[in-house]
Amino acid sequence: MLQSKMRFNIIVLAKQVPDTRNVGKNAMKADGTVNRAALPAIFNPEDLNALEQALQIKDTYPNSKITILTMGPGRAAEVIREGLYRGADEGVLLTDRAFAGADTLATSYALSMAVRKISDFDIIISGRQAIDGDTAQVGPQVAEKLGIPQVTYAENIESIENGRIRIKRRLENGVETVEAPLPIVVTVNSSAQPCRPRNAKLLQKYKHAKTVTERQAENIDYIDIYSERPYLNLIEWGVADVDADVKLCGLSGSPTKVKKIENISFQAKENKVLSDSNEDINELMKELIENHTIG
Amino acid sequence: MNNLFVYLEIEDGKVAEVSLELLTKGNSLAKELDCKLEALALGANLKTVSDQVLPYGVDVLHIFEDERLSPYTTLPHTSVLVNLFKKEEPQICLMGATIIGRDLGPRVSSALGSGLTADCTSLEIGGHEDKKQNKVYKNLLYQIRPAFGGNIVAWIINPDQRPQMATVREGVMKKEYAANANKGEVVEYDVNDFVSEEDFAITVIERHIEKSKINIKGAPIIISGGYGVGSKENFDLLYDLASVIGGEVGASRAAVDAGFAEHDRQIGQTGITVRPKLYIACGISGQIQHIAGMQESAIVVAINNDKSAPINSIADYVITGDIENVIPKMIKYYKQNTK
Repeated sequence: MLQSKMRFNIIVLAKQVPDTRNVGKNAMKADGTVNRAALPAIFNPEDLNALEQALQIKDTYPNSKITILTMGPGRAAEVIREGLYRGADEGVLLTDRAFAGADTLATSYALSMAVRKISDFDIIISGRQAIDGDTAQVGPQVAEKLGIPQVTYAENIESIENGRIRIKRRLENGVETVEAPLPIVVTVNSSAQPCRPRNAKLLQKYKHAKTVTERQAENIDYIDIYSERPYLNLIEWGVADVDADVKLCGLSGSPTKVKKIENISFQAKENKVLSDSNEDINELMKELIENHTIG
Repeated sequence: MNNLFVYLEIEDGKVAEVSLELLTKGNSLAKELDCKLEALALGANLKTVSDQVLPYGVDVLHIFEDERLSPYTTLPHTSVLVNLFKKEEPQICLMGATIIGRDLGPRVSSALGSGLTADCTSLEIGGHEDKKQNKVYKNLLYQIRPAFGGNIVAWIINPDQRPQMATVREGVMKKEYAANANKGEVVEYDVNDFVSEEDFAITVIERHIEKSKINIKGAPIIISGGYGVGSKENFDLLYDLASVIGGEVGASRAAVDAGFAEHDRQIGQTGITVRPKLYIACGISGQIQHIAGMQESAIVVAINNDKSAPINSIADYVITGDIENVIPKMIKYYKQNTK
């Protein structure tokens, strides 16, 4: 087949996450717990690396189609818009109360059912892990549920030829290049290329892209544009839309349960408080040398 | 049946440290549960594996020797575990939270419909009462890990599905020969009974593994920097101090994410766990994820500007000041006092 006629259907699994990297003092409640509402909701960082890999495939094969698939509450539609602003073609929000409380296995089940509904795909790509859980489990579990191979810890998609995809992986102490058949699930590391910024034209084009629920909530009175410009309708699916078994979703579909949660409190050691004066530092170094900690 | 299994990670015939650490932990858990400790060796060149692992108290070593299982690829290793587990029905399966363990674990757990907890910092046995369903469980595996960016610690259990699966990072558990290791049984299998042709769909074209040049885990002195160090250039101060007093340089996740230090230097739940005799924390606020990886250090010195930084509460010495000012003085007075 001519390269120019080759096209790939790519599904990017993306998650909206609280920005746990910057839990400042104002995000802590008086009792020492995290006030989740005070944390900004962001596009999971490694999912952006994954989106860039998808966009690069589309750069090479412009007829390819990128679909953002995200699961979460209504506000997670923001992730789809961010994807559209950067060059994705469409998005699906998987949202339903029945999905709440899902562990990675129940999440993977729901996502795999949505992927089956989308049905036409060559590559499913996502970040290695989300910063609110750090588990790296959803990618491999989606692959298993779909019965297709997986390549994790990807740093770069090198080529796609004759139905085989070549991927460079970043290992603990090295690199590995693997070749795999399509369709495939790929998870991408933060060491991969960062995602391109929003495109100004696409921002204009998609800034009113909304799910039905968002449109209803905002009572938008220029409803006509959604029939004139169908690309502004973001797809929203629930449990029934993807033919999922409710028992396998959310809390009931999760083999892992949280027995208890503890807030962190450290047992304070008795400590010496020193200043940065010459005398104090000199004393410290003397002490460390005398008790054979150093020297 | 219903024993505790540890997946062994093997490179060039050598069993990884993390696997030996898990065997040590697995041995004590198995004693508590009154079950056997079993180990899984998959790959090529496995002749010496039994000598390497039996002293850790392994009761049964399962050997799957086949050239096609090395280097590791996901599908054939998954098939071996899934098919063996269907027969053996383990109650617990432990793996290293390495790239291999984090690739294999979720695939196996999904195939078996069992629960998996990543990056545990502690494993304990205990009971559970489900008041809603009026059920009482005995001898569950508590999988304990920091969660939500390290701001809380969660106790995870898998009440109903088996095996209860968990991954643990290298260095979190201590490695120790079993006090009274029995002569374990070794069982060899024909891999063809466990895998299919389609499992070899992925081929490894190229592979470069370098021995890591950084040895943080074994270093007696660690000078570690956080986001508060401010820049890659300021990290040079830490290297200076490390070379003068003979230590290694570590970093917090925030410092690694900011590009101040290499990933190999990351200390904490998602990095390396260390137990040096001296840990100097520079510009580190001390999120639980970081503290999980260094709290067993013998002496902790914390240098930062924030008097209320959490790291100060576990420090033996707290120096309030700028590292640009403090570190050169530490070098100066170390040299003066060792002359």
